[in-house]
Amino acid sequence: MVTHESGGHHHPPSGFIRKYIFSLDHKVIGIQYYVLALFSVFVGMALSLLMRIHLVWPSAKMPFTPGGQMTPEQYLALLTMHGSIMVFMVLTTAPQSGFGNFILPIQIGAEDMAFPVLNMLSFWVTFLSLVVLISAFFVTGGAPISGWTAYPTLSALGQIAGPGQGAGQTLWVIGVAIFCIGALLGALNFITTTVDLRTKGMTLGRMPLTVWSWLITAILGLLAFGVLLAACLLLLLDRVAGTSFFIPGGLVVTDTPIVSHTGGSPLLWQHLFWFFGHPEVYIAILPGMGVTSHVLSTFSRKPVFGYKAMVGALSAIGFLGFCVWGHHMFISGMSPYSAFAFSLLTMTIGVPSAIKTFNWLGTLWGGKIRFTTAMMFGLGFVSLFVTGGLSGLFLAQPSIDLYLHDTYFVVAHFHLIMGVASIFGIFAATYFWFPKMFGRMLNETIGKIHFWFTFIGVYTIFMPMHFLGLAGHPRRYADTTGVNFLAPLHSVHYFITIAAMITITAQLLFLFNFFYSMKAGQKAADNPWNATTLEWSIPSPPPFDNFAGHIPVVYRGPYEFSVPGATDDYIPQHVTPERVGKAH
Amino acid sequence: MPGTITDEIEIIDAGRGGGNDIPAGGDDDGEGPGGGSPGIPQRAYFTVIQLGLAGIVMFFMALTSSFLVRKGLGNDWVTFNFPRILWLNTLILLASSITIQIARRHLHEDQRAAFRRWWSVTTSLGILFLAGQFIAWRQLAGQGVFLVTNPSSSFFYVLTAAPGLHLFGGILALLYVSHRNWQRARISQGTAADVASIYWHCMDGLWVFLFALLYLGR
Amino acid sequence: MRRKSGEQGSAAVAFTLATFLLIFTIVTVYLFVAKILWFPPAISQFGTQIDEQFHRTLIITGIVFVLAQLGLALAIFRSRERGQKVSFFEGNPAMEFLWTLATIIMFVGLGLYGEHAWAEARFQGAAPGALQLEVTGQQFAWNFRYAGPDGKFGATKPELVSASSGNPLGLDPRDATSKDDVVSPVAYVPAGQEVELLIRTQDVTHSFYVRELRLKQDAVPGMTIHMHFNATVPGQYELACAELCGLGHYRMRSFVNVVSPEEFDKWMRDQETALQQQ
Repeated sequence: MVTHESGGHHHPPSGFIRKYIFSLDHKVIGIQYYVLALFSVFVGMALSLLMRIHLVWPSAKMPFTPGGQMTPEQYLALLTMHGSIMVFMVLTTAPQSGFGNFILPIQIGAEDMAFPVLNMLSFWVTFLSLVVLISAFFVTGGAPISGWTAYPTLSALGQIAGPGQGAGQTLWVIGVAIFCIGALLGALNFITTTVDLRTKGMTLGRMPLTVWSWLITAILGLLAFGVLLAACLLLLLDRVAGTSFFIPGGLVVTDTPIVSHTGGSPLLWQHLFWFFGHPEVYIAILPGMGVTSHVLSTFSRKPVFGYKAMVGALSAIGFLGFCVWGHHMFISGMSPYSAFAFSLLTMTIGVPSAIKTFNWLGTLWGGKIRFTTAMMFGLGFVSLFVTGGLSGLFLAQPSIDLYLHDTYFVVAHFHLIMGVASIFGIFAATYFWFPKMFGRMLNETIGKIHFWFTFIGVYTIFMPMHFLGLAGHPRRYADTTGVNFLAPLHSVHYFITIAAMITITAQLLFLFNFFYSMKAGQKAADNPWNATTLEWSIPSPPPFDNFAGHIPVVYRGPYEFSVPGATDDYIPQHVTPERVGKAH
Repeated sequence: MPGTITDEIEIIDAGRGGGNDIPAGGDDDGEGPGGGSPGIPQRAYFTVIQLGLAGIVMFFMALTSSFLVRKGLGNDWVTFNFPRILWLNTLILLASSITIQIARRHLHEDQRAAFRRWWSVTTSLGILFLAGQFIAWRQLAGQGVFLVTNPSSSFFYVLTAAPGLHLFGGILALLYVSHRNWQRARISQGTAADVASIYWHCMDGLWVFLFALLYLGR
Repeated sequence: MRRKSGEQGSAAVAFTLATFLLIFTIVTVYLFVAKILWFPPAISQFGTQIDEQFHRTLIITGIVFVLAQLGLALAIFRSRERGQKVSFFEGNPAMEFLWTLATIIMFVGLGLYGEHAWAEARFQGAAPGALQLEVTGQQFAWNFRYAGPDGKFGATKPELVSASSGNPLGLDPRDATSKDDVVSPVAYVPAGQEVELLIRTQDVTHSFYVRELRLKQDAVPGMTIHMHFNATVPGQYELACAELCGLGHYRMRSFVNVVSPEEFDKWMRDQETALQQQ
């Protein structure tokens, strides 16, 4: 193995604060983001569990409903915070800032991110935004009730529009704005590091697909979060300073005329929000696609099928992701002609997504699959991505979306694709990289049980929701008793709630496995999976500067598995050509 | 053996000593260029500033399109007297772009005293610009034009405050360049000055764009 | 490198996973084919067109769904570790090209085809002579307004809005044209006649949604949005709000009664009479 020396003198950090709290080490920061996401996902699941229980047992007494049952506004507050916490604090952080931070520098042969101080800052800014967001629960009026999408005028009029729309909504807007800043700072680091800090021999064409996905995701974030920040600024001004960016005149709320606002446009918010919002959902899924390609290849002992096409597809999805935001707004009052344009562009995005799916199947075909838990979550990802993605084809057509918009069909679609496929990407990444991160193996038996409960569970939760949507069940309904045509659907809700209770409980298995194995799991070798990329060439866990001063040089692509003529069924990227064993 | 890159390349080319994992150079105690910590390639600083500017541009593009949409929506857009001081402020900012270029040239020619002088002039012009913006706000308030008076004034305040804040950040960057202890920095002063001036020029250009937008759209 | 433990468990896991995918696919297809929960029947020509496009999409996505899930199941089962040699290939440009082309044709073709129905509903306005029906949403009720014999909607003023004193729309009594405006919490429309909806809201965004009409349109503050429909099947159809509007969103509901033209005329006359008596 040939290395070259890094330029300088390295000191490991000392002291608990420097090592674990205000750490500059990308590995610690990655774990910090991951733990933030882990905390958030359990909060988010708890919120959804309460929502599901209320839908089928409305008179159930909850801990925070002193004396009585959950009110509709409490349900909507749970709903708003569930969506906000899951989308921002779990799906945007764990796959990208969590694993990306830990693994990306190592996979490209760097000793850290380009700007460690900026990296640390971006984590703590994100942490602050979580604190601000959660504090909305504890102010007068409680958390906001306008959904994670916060459409004005409901989100802009203040307390008069409903409970939680006072201080709660203001804290939400501030929390999200702070999150935007943290995300922007993180994106800067990811892109600069990937562009400028690759080691010798690590050309763009030899980068693992995980690195490609993190790079493109960071570009999406860089270009999208600024727009959300602008939108939040304008909304905040409407709320606290009396401006009318989003509030038109002539409004009457509960017989009270609103005289202090005039001329604003609620649609303007929707355009700004969804211009961010659509790239955001690709931010949530792209890293999972990268991990799936990586994991499928490693455990099929075969190169990724169509590496170039995979990179092209990631890029196409990223680019097109900026062109389709209007498909969230077909029914909004937007011009029907632009709806037509957005629709065609959205159907087009299905094409690179299909290419990726074909290529995953092509990766598996003819391989020799080893069914580790990581692999199973990767395979689950493919199945879920297909199911969730295909329902998008219905929603992408405005004539069909006319009926399905704002029904449970949409809820099914985005949960399968974001709430599940993306989560499976996170699980696959966890089971795959846990040995590297913590020096110990996760228990495979518990892992497989966790997989089965989760895989079967999520399908039983979300497949029935498609049918609720076809029956016309609107979403964000706190109760099914207000509308007659919902009465026959109650048994489906019951089924979904039971499925949700079981599936969420099963996640405790994962939590147990995670923390138990960290301390008492089987010790991990440097390369327990016989994988090829650079993180597997260093000890588990890695030394503080990753390569102990000996930066690797890269000689080949990232997926050289079962190369004809080689003795081993894998050739790591950093092994010199002379040292590759030849079969005789 | 000294652990320089050239030695490594020779070993890589030779490819001999197969099986020898010990990297040439042994224990490298050396200091990287410019100080104690290992440096990243200086071009990374140029990468990050360009990326940062891209993010900032998106933020302002969102505000700009909101401005255009809102203006086109109704007939409640009221013109107000554009504070004349804004023209002076713009000239001051343009002047600061010139002075920062002069300062940079001096730095690259190692004329430290001249560099410091022109760099401070730039910083002072920047502060003067911000002071001028405050005066413009006061003048508007004197006319009775506040943030909520009318959509046109709302956007005026937002589209002057936002670049003002970014320019304030730029002033902090200028102060960083003139006051940092360069012995212990990863970045070289030349690079820092170059990066800060790229940011400065772009903020200047952004202001000119927003100024034109506000003036033509008033 | 061979791992012994992997081989033994591998067949069982592969079989279970593949079987699960197979069962999942069959159950899903069955549920869609059997239509265990489905749209209510459409009551307009436009609605039928939408249903047809839905069917087309269902068939295409159904085929892709089955092929993909079963393809995954087959790949998993076939490639389980059983001491075989890996067939090494890194891609197949011809196949890539073919399936990309097929996908483009299918997806974009489907999208283009579906634009018919959309264009008909949205690119053109209501036919002249359509019945004008204004619907106003508010937290948390719907109110319908008919222009009355003079054919004009009277002026409304925000400060006159008072649901509690029976003037939820804030009709201005000083405007002569508002005197014959019929305001009703439920809608009556004549079957077989084009109706033009003027969708408004007083406070926040709501959404006018009647399943059987296959019609949904957001009511946006500051806008009056025009939609049109022609209902052919008499009946009572429930209207549910479909955009989160606050704590009462789940109970913001009303009815659209499609009746014969004679019944509609009678209903209108009764409303006018009641107005005059006030």
